[in-house]
Amino acid sequence: MALSTLNSGAEYAKEKVAADLQGKSFDFAGAVFRLSLLTGLAFGILILGAVMWDVLGDGTGFLFDRGWDFITGNAKSRSDEYGIFEGLRGTFWIGVFVVVFSFPIGIGAAIYLEEYAPDNRVTRFIELNIRNLAGVPSVVYGVLGLAIFVRALDGFYPNSLDKHLGSTTAAAGATLAILVLPIVIITSAEAIRAVPQALREGGFGVGATKWEVIRHHVLPYAAPGIFTGTLLSLARALGEAAPLILVGGVLGSLGPKSSLFELEQLGERFTAMPLMITQLAKKPAFVGDWNSATAAAILVLLVVVIFANLVAILLRNHFEKKRSN
Amino acid sequence: MSQTFGNLEIGDLTGSPARNRRERIVSTTFRITAYVSLLVSILIVLSLVFEAWTFIDGIEIGWLWGDQWAPPFNEYDLKTPLVGSLIVTGIAMLVAIPIGLASAIYLSEYANPTVRKWLKPLLEILAGIPSVVLGFFALRWVTPNIVQNLNADAPGFTLAAAGIGVGILTVPLIASVSEDALAAVPSSLREASAGLGAKRVTTTIRITIPAAISGLVAAFIIGVSRAIGETMVVFLAAGGGGNQAQFTASAFESGTVVTAAMAATTAPSDRLSEGVALQSLYFLGLLLFVITLLLNLIADRFVRKVRMVY
Amino acid sequence: MTIETETEDTDNVNIFEVSDVNVYYGDFRAIRDVSIDIEANEITAFIGPSGCGKTTMLRSFNRMNDLIPTARVTGELKYRGVSLYDKRVDPVEVRRRIGMVFQKPNPFPKSVYDNVAYGPRIAGNVSKGAEMDDLVESSLRKAALWDEVKDRLKSSALGMSGGQQQRLCIARAIATNPDVVLMDEPCSALDPIATGRIEELMAQLKDEYSIVIVTHNMQQAARVSDKTAFFSVEVSEESDLRTGILVEFGSTDLMFSNPTDERTENYVTGRFG
Repeated sequence: MALSTLNSGAEYAKEKVAADLQGKSFDFAGAVFRLSLLTGLAFGILILGAVMWDVLGDGTGFLFDRGWDFITGNAKSRSDEYGIFEGLRGTFWIGVFVVVFSFPIGIGAAIYLEEYAPDNRVTRFIELNIRNLAGVPSVVYGVLGLAIFVRALDGFYPNSLDKHLGSTTAAAGATLAILVLPIVIITSAEAIRAVPQALREGGFGVGATKWEVIRHHVLPYAAPGIFTGTLLSLARALGEAAPLILVGGVLGSLGPKSSLFELEQLGERFTAMPLMITQLAKKPAFVGDWNSATAAAILVLLVVVIFANLVAILLRNHFEKKRSN
Repeated sequence: MSQTFGNLEIGDLTGSPARNRRERIVSTTFRITAYVSLLVSILIVLSLVFEAWTFIDGIEIGWLWGDQWAPPFNEYDLKTPLVGSLIVTGIAMLVAIPIGLASAIYLSEYANPTVRKWLKPLLEILAGIPSVVLGFFALRWVTPNIVQNLNADAPGFTLAAAGIGVGILTVPLIASVSEDALAAVPSSLREASAGLGAKRVTTTIRITIPAAISGLVAAFIIGVSRAIGETMVVFLAAGGGGNQAQFTASAFESGTVVTAAMAATTAPSDRLSEGVALQSLYFLGLLLFVITLLLNLIADRFVRKVRMVY
Repeated sequence: MTIETETEDTDNVNIFEVSDVNVYYGDFRAIRDVSIDIEANEITAFIGPSGCGKTTMLRSFNRMNDLIPTARVTGELKYRGVSLYDKRVDPVEVRRRIGMVFQKPNPFPKSVYDNVAYGPRIAGNVSKGAEMDDLVESSLRKAALWDEVKDRLKSSALGMSGGQQQRLCIARAIATNPDVVLMDEPCSALDPIATGRIEELMAQLKDEYSIVIVTHNMQQAARVSDKTAFFSVEVSEESDLRTGILVEFGSTDLMFSNPTDERTENYVTGRFG
């Protein structure tokens, strides 16, 4: 088998050389293959272009017309009075929860797994478990949030008529913090794994303790990679809608407007940008200018999310280039 | 200046107790953070299993077979969301596998460094677009421009539009996992093939792709798992936002899938109150969790295979 | 088992007393039954072919093998009378007294100054600015690097040549004022000129420090060391496993002029390895 492959390869090579030397070879199959690859790739990029065009075209005009009012206004029932402030506020607090809970816990777990954990069954099980958690559909995290946070908090008000007192900004933030935790762990662990062992040895060699080696050498070296990963997971959390629907986010106005930083809202009902977009997208396209309002809201979310992605990608490329020199 | 060392005592080398205590506290703290992920898994499984059991306990088995998924009317026809998921995932893979694989092969085997430098971030940005945005795109652009061109009678909400939207969402994932698999093939194999006079297309199809096949299969499985788990695109584009969906086996009709049906039970506009109808959500959640977990475990196997060979 | 714990005279203090030491990586035995005494203020060279366990032996002197999770040491390994592998011993404390220079120069990605100051800073002995400046200067002088770097103490250590980086690593090791400096093939990544400078440096350092050096290069061992230990590989006939053993240990002059073991002779005359 191996021999015959080799023979036909040699035969093939001989013919190929002869053909090439006679200069009459046009690599038809190669050209077709290459063209089909390019077509596939072009489709991918065209789609990105179409999404952008669709959104940008509709959204920018609307955004410019409404201006600051659109950002600071409340969700009204008329498209020309509609504002997304409540959604922005919810998304802001979700981001705070992710930064405050997922980042330290995720980076801590990554440090443990890469630097401390013994190579045994328990460790391998934890690692497998984290990889699987990263693949659990986001809506399932919504189920978790509903079962744990919402119902636990509902329990505090057993006689209340309002059934969903647990559907708060805090519950939403905690749910999404859990959702991105595995991603934070995996990306941070990758960054820590890329730290050269020689650097650790240098630290240990002059009598540094494990924690000193980690704090002074491993983490500074891994910082750009960790930062990139955390930024990507933050962007992911800000764009999630499904778990928030399950946790009981409001698809509509919250009522009286509280300001961005008021802590009381953590215990109140919430909405977020992806939820507002969901609600806007469900409005009949032919009534009012809801289509443009949706596009404008999407534009605002995309600016936030793509900006975070872009910074993360550029930062990673920058450091990859710097390290390889 | 120089230290003088005679013979030492054990006490000279035991280190400072305060320092050792600090080290222990730090390592224990990190260990606890690592165990949080285990706790999360346990809580997910417990809440799903417990509530799903309450659901099964509270219904008659016959309710699980009918012609529609409609929790408010105690009709829980399982084949409605399951077949819906199958249709949407199938269409999604028809879109995502060719585009994702072609992009991966081009990036890994053909593109020069400059092209790669610009194309990869573009794919990554596509990966970062929130699914609710693609849901809106599927509803407002894919439906009129693609689906209703293919089938003029198609309604405004179709499983086909949702499938295409989910496919777009899955492209970057499949592309990046496939590209990793292709990149793991040692360049010595390609060089050996080229050294025998093979053209690049021959090397790619005969050598590189077969060598990377485990990783490519893993990419497809991960893609399927991601597509099954996607909620918002279907919720918006397939009409699965309501709490009532008729069974259909046609891609050109509205319908629901497992995830969208879950979201619908708690969607505020027609939110269900506590009771068996709401608990159907946990039952579907358990189903979804088990399916995706199996797919992910299988994919993990394939990925490991790649690592072990090279 | 060991009887020679008491020293004969003050000049001949044993810093390490090794008896019947085995080092395992998992089930694999890297070195077998090594017994050796290493004296203070001398340069002791470990030579031998690849895979003979000389680096493994060296790294068990400052418990660097602890970094490999599966590594295990049996037998008695005493440092100035204290068993290094006693449960109560803190490896950090050991490494503060027994410094190490590695095969490939591995300066921290920090400034020249911070590289040298790092050890004393974490040990907490020296904190004041001027005191630290003096210590950094004296360490760099001892490492014969001061004149080359005195104007660029704040620039990154990664911009220096390989030879300079390795001398910086020596300065970093001696800044903590250690008792022993372990060197693991410190010149293998360097050109002949840089190698020559490091060898000169070792000769100067041995007044203050005891040095144990692993080297591939027999001429280097012959040039710099007072004592030489020759390690070899023993291949088990039934399992084909390779284990490092200590073949011969003695004064360097004798080892190279008149080795008692045939294997040593074959090696130093270049017929093997």
